[in-house]
Amino acid sequence: MDIELMMRVWPFFLKAAWVTIQLSVLTTILGLICGASGAAARLSRLGWLRFLGAAYVSLFRGTPALIQLFILYFGGPQIGIQLDAFEAGVIGLGLNIGAYMTETIRGAIVAIDKGQREAARTLGLSHFQAFRKVTLPQALRLMIRPLGVNINALIKGTALVAAISVIELTYTAQRYIGSTYKPFEMFFLAGVLYMIIIYGTGRGIAWLDRKVRIV
Amino acid sequence: MGLDFSVVPGFFDILLLGALWTIAITVAAALLSFFGGIFFAVIALYAPWFVRLPFRAFEWLFMGTPLLLQLFLIYFGLVQVGIDLPAFVAGVIGLGLHFAVYNSELIQTAIVAVDRGQMEAARTLGLSRGQALRKVVVPQAVRDVIPPIGNNMIALLKDSALVSVIGVSELTLSAQRAIGATYRPFEFYLAAAAVYYVINLGMEAVMRRIERRIRLSR
Repeated sequence: MDIELMMRVWPFFLKAAWVTIQLSVLTTILGLICGASGAAARLSRLGWLRFLGAAYVSLFRGTPALIQLFILYFGGPQIGIQLDAFEAGVIGLGLNIGAYMTETIRGAIVAIDKGQREAARTLGLSHFQAFRKVTLPQALRLMIRPLGVNINALIKGTALVAAISVIELTYTAQRYIGSTYKPFEMFFLAGVLYMIIIYGTGRGIAWLDRKVRIV
Repeated sequence: MGLDFSVVPGFFDILLLGALWTIAITVAAALLSFFGGIFFAVIALYAPWFVRLPFRAFEWLFMGTPLLLQLFLIYFGLVQVGIDLPAFVAGVIGLGLHFAVYNSELIQTAIVAVDRGQMEAARTLGLSRGQALRKVVVPQAVRDVIPPIGNNMIALLKDSALVSVIGVSELTLSAQRAIGATYRPFEFYLAAAAVYYVINLGMEAVMRRIERRIRLSR
């Protein structure tokens, strides 16, 4: 291993890791917004909203994230959507992971026993109050772990934006592989940083999950 | 520049060929990930520690880094050590190993869940440990995790788009070629997305049939 070279490029990898972290955080926020809206649509009493939610999930889960990103970034200008690569990355990945999060959130809400809601309604709570005060708090606990799985996939998914030239970890590794012909060293640097981000996030989510767990 | 889908049919044969390559790479990588997953699971559970520990590290590395980065490593890294693989082979190996690790996790859990009595009974009947694993324990474990493995295979289809980046002429790269000739990214990426969607629906239908057969066989 060429340690000297690795020391020399390390600062660039750190900077790139920071971009990966920014991408991950913004994508998670957008994904959660899309996921919550999608789940609300899929559980709605209105037929057309349910259809819209189902179509969103099916289309975004049924096609590659890379293609979705390309449609947005390269095809966007044709329909008047002009985004820089970073913005396109966040929006494209956020919409994609939002479809997966829709199913996670919906699954957690559906998993709460119907009796809970009925009991709350019997006690005089409105439909909305019963959801907000009884169903949702329980569902939130249930969804932390599976949302963690989504977020783990999302962090690795941020590598896709290398294909539209956002200078994040994978792009940086690829560039240095091309210019130094030291693929193993560059993979090692990027790999260590990814694993710190991914396993660090995993620990955070496990902690959160333990903290809100009843029993 | 507005949209004009009339240019798409002219590239029908290129897209079709790309779709066939996408199916080919998905099937090849799926097979590798299935059998690789079984192999990895047995190693992770039964190999002596000096095999198991390095293997765990390998597994940990593959689960903690993006597939795209792994593809770059395999494609450019193997050239570095003197192995010049065609892009298609590098793509199959990268996709196959990546998903083999995920399948292995599922199969490991399932093997542990198979009743111990099964192994004991097989041993009593005179089978060696290896035979008992191969003929009794592993088949039952694998049957239990076919549905989640199927989900991984559907994910593999979509991730196969990534191998366009190392130059495999599958559907995504075919769409890019057509775009290079026409400057119509929206139309061709959308067309590619539609083809992926159809293949995806087909795979989901096959998985549902397999799942039903497994349920009936119980």
